[in-house]
Amino acid sequence: MIELRDVWVSYKDAKHPTLAGVDLHIGEGELALVVGPTGVGKSTLLGAMNGLVPHFTGGSLRGCVSVDGLDTRTHRPRDLADVVGFVGQDPQSGFVTDTVEEELAYSMEQLAVAPDVMRKRVEETMDLLGIAELHDRPLFELSGGQQQRVAIGAALTAHPRILVLDEPTSALDPVAAEDVLATVLRLVHDLSVTVVLAEHRLERVVQYADRIVEVLPGGSVKHGPPARMLSFTNVAPPVVELGRFAGWEPLPLSVRDARRHASPLRTRLDDLVMPLTARKPAKGPLLLRSCKVIVRYNSTVAVREVSLDLYAGEVVVLMGRNGSGKSSLLWALQGTGTRQGGSVLVGTSDPGSLSAERARALVGLVPQTSTDLLYLDTVAEECTQADKDAGLESGTTTRKLLDSLVPEIDDASHPRDLSEGQRLALVLAIQLAAAPKVILLDEPTRGLDYAAKRLLIDTIDRLAAEGRAVVISTHDVEFAAMTADRVVVMASGEIVADGPATDILVASPAFAPQVSKVLAPLPYLTVEQVKAALDGGR
Amino acid sequence: MPGAPSTSVFARRFAGWRLPRTLHPVAWWLWAICLVVAVTQTTNPLLLALVFVVLGFVVSSRRTEAPWARAFKYYLYVALTVVAIRVVFRSVFGGDVGGPGSHVIFTLPRIPLPAWAAGVQIGGPVTLEGTLSALYSGLKLGCLLCCLGAANALANPKRALRSLPGALYELGVAAVVTFNVGPQLVEGVQRVRRARKLRGGSSQKFHVLRSIAIPVLEDAFDRSLRLAAAMDSRGFGRTDNASRALRRTTGALMIIGLLLMCRRLRADRSVRILAHGTPPSGRRRAGLYRGARRRESTRRSNELPARSVESSGVIGRRNRSGSGGCPPRIFGRESIPDEPPLQPDHVAVAPIGAGDRNCRGRACGNRHSTAAETITNADGGTRR
Repeated sequence: MIELRDVWVSYKDAKHPTLAGVDLHIGEGELALVVGPTGVGKSTLLGAMNGLVPHFTGGSLRGCVSVDGLDTRTHRPRDLADVVGFVGQDPQSGFVTDTVEEELAYSMEQLAVAPDVMRKRVEETMDLLGIAELHDRPLFELSGGQQQRVAIGAALTAHPRILVLDEPTSALDPVAAEDVLATVLRLVHDLSVTVVLAEHRLERVVQYADRIVEVLPGGSVKHGPPARMLSFTNVAPPVVELGRFAGWEPLPLSVRDARRHASPLRTRLDDLVMPLTARKPAKGPLLLRSCKVIVRYNSTVAVREVSLDLYAGEVVVLMGRNGSGKSSLLWALQGTGTRQGGSVLVGTSDPGSLSAERARALVGLVPQTSTDLLYLDTVAEECTQADKDAGLESGTTTRKLLDSLVPEIDDASHPRDLSEGQRLALVLAIQLAAAPKVILLDEPTRGLDYAAKRLLIDTIDRLAAEGRAVVISTHDVEFAAMTADRVVVMASGEIVADGPATDILVASPAFAPQVSKVLAPLPYLTVEQVKAALDGGR
Repeated sequence: MPGAPSTSVFARRFAGWRLPRTLHPVAWWLWAICLVVAVTQTTNPLLLALVFVVLGFVVSSRRTEAPWARAFKYYLYVALTVVAIRVVFRSVFGGDVGGPGSHVIFTLPRIPLPAWAAGVQIGGPVTLEGTLSALYSGLKLGCLLCCLGAANALANPKRALRSLPGALYELGVAAVVTFNVGPQLVEGVQRVRRARKLRGGSSQKFHVLRSIAIPVLEDAFDRSLRLAAAMDSRGFGRTDNASRALRRTTGALMIIGLLLMCRRLRADRSVRILAHGTPPSGRRRAGLYRGARRRESTRRSNELPARSVESSGVIGRRNRSGSGGCPPRIFGRESIPDEPPLQPDHVAVAPIGAGDRNCRGRACGNRHSTAAETITNADGGTRR
């Protein structure tokens, strides 16, 4: 169905080719999962299947890419619109119209499909994706999961045989992500659509994939069935890592497979002493006390009388659905966000009543779109400006902080050319230059690969060891399992659970990490904890 | 069924007209333009007030929850500002001479000006007639603005652009994308301003501007690229059988046609064109036709223009031009009209102009063809 033969893709001004000698064959009705670190060329590979590379993005492509027998050298993306459906990374920026119905019909209008056929297909697609009740809603009102499904539907109405999805679940909470993936699987199994999917968080998808395509640094590609690929790759979900550690054959890809193998391991762990948590529960002095914080935007109440206390040396993970008020709470705690009621005290001062310079020296916040803070041309200029903003001598603090967070960032590179992890580190370094005792991170894990997440976890551990209080809001359960001391769950603006990570994460079905699902009812959250327990018991 | 109300043949024949449906945006614009034409021909304050009431009623009962619909109150504010400015300017700079027959309300101290500003007078007596005429002309201008504002609030601008002739399709798409960019830029600026405070908010002017403009513009660029990629992947611009030469000639003819139409519109007053409905001349027609043939895409339109709504605007205009037209002018300033303020045929405009009572909500008529058949008759009762 999709054939790439000796494909080389290089962009102008790039030192190395993005894709080098790619040979790939994806058969009809397969679900192919494209994995690899950020910035390595996954989007280029997906774009090549659609013709966007090189017709839209520029660059040069050598070799042959053929989809369903059509060569992308002679067919532009618009000619392949009824053969390949493409859903880019941010569905909201790909919306052309205002309402769901018009969006679904747009592709067919461009292809000059007859009006009655259009109407029928719109109805069918809405039923298939479960968005029938949204038919005349404006697009900006929809939640993230609904928007993603509308974007998939908009690509599907042209009845393509191939669907290409670039990170469809990165911005979604676990439940919405499951919905979208279930929809995609239905397409594969019921309609035999060939689906090519790029994902960072493999734990949700890997059990359904027929083929894993790994893009390696340097541009080459390795592909094969999941069990074979995952036995040696270093991007692997926790279930696979546990299977590798325990030596289970065949390698389990899902929680269900792993549980079948897991009873001997469970009995071994059961006999041991209960595991100590990886970090000692260091509860230092109280750094931030907030009492009955209220945040409202006109008629919606985003945060409803929330009281949260933060202690030195503690890492708190804030979880909850999209729209439950996590971001609003973090902004209100920092002082820049609006706060209609309640009090926030850091020491004796309220960051909301202080000037911006003094508030950021008490509480630092790394916002969701970290690029909002970057406006200069090179990394060196940003560091110098950050030193000036913090009232320090130029060229000293921020650059050193940045080097300690992420190694080897070129001084002369443009901030927007950095990878997600590097940009996050730059913004974190800028905020840390003011030396706040409390540091808040709003969804830092979006778009990060496993290696960047590990670096971030090390950074957070170091910040906590220095005596700061760190709060991270995230959807990523595995990340929370590896780094949290305490988990706070929010829903509809209120805190519904607040306690030690082990208790909260193990108890909740939606938020349980894979290892705890495999080893239930034992309270283990990560593979490291299992390893440490077995080593300690030896 | 015994006892159930029966509908006459007449009512059944035209029942389709009375199903709830959305109106075509061009219908709203035509209605608004007809009201504009009517308003330009009078300064009768009661009529203008009536038009305001009609506009308010129609907008509040028919607008949707979409973002562009909330803008109407800003048009009202602008209209009030216009009236206030007019009255104040007339009072201060009016230069009324308190002659016989005029009532002086109060007198402002006259400020003498040097000889080179001899044509301007500041201060002097403020007369009732002058204030009233300024009020009426301000009301007229405000009413015009509100008519356009109502059209903006009721008609989805993007749907209106889809009704452009085939030749102007690409222009229409560019305009639609521009409509999207505005609110995105505003939202981007708000977000970036909030984020700036996290960095301490440097107070140097250069940095302030740069730290807001750069992220917003870069975001806008990224978004527009992603939008373009999405549109390309979905088949936009798939014109099948056009050779390069044909595309060039079509484009050239289209541009020439548009320029000629613009010149024609500037030459006559636009109001007259709408009133007399001059068709485009041959050359312009050729350009538009050629352009339309190249464009092969279908349109999924399921809205019918509301004949009753447009006809209300036309009736209003006819009525006014029939009864008295423009008030007499004295040296370019309007005086209070002599005719009685309200006449019976003016009143008839109001209920028709409020729009068909049965057209309500956003639901499209043919969506409900498979739903349970519920027909609403004129009394609001239902019958299955």
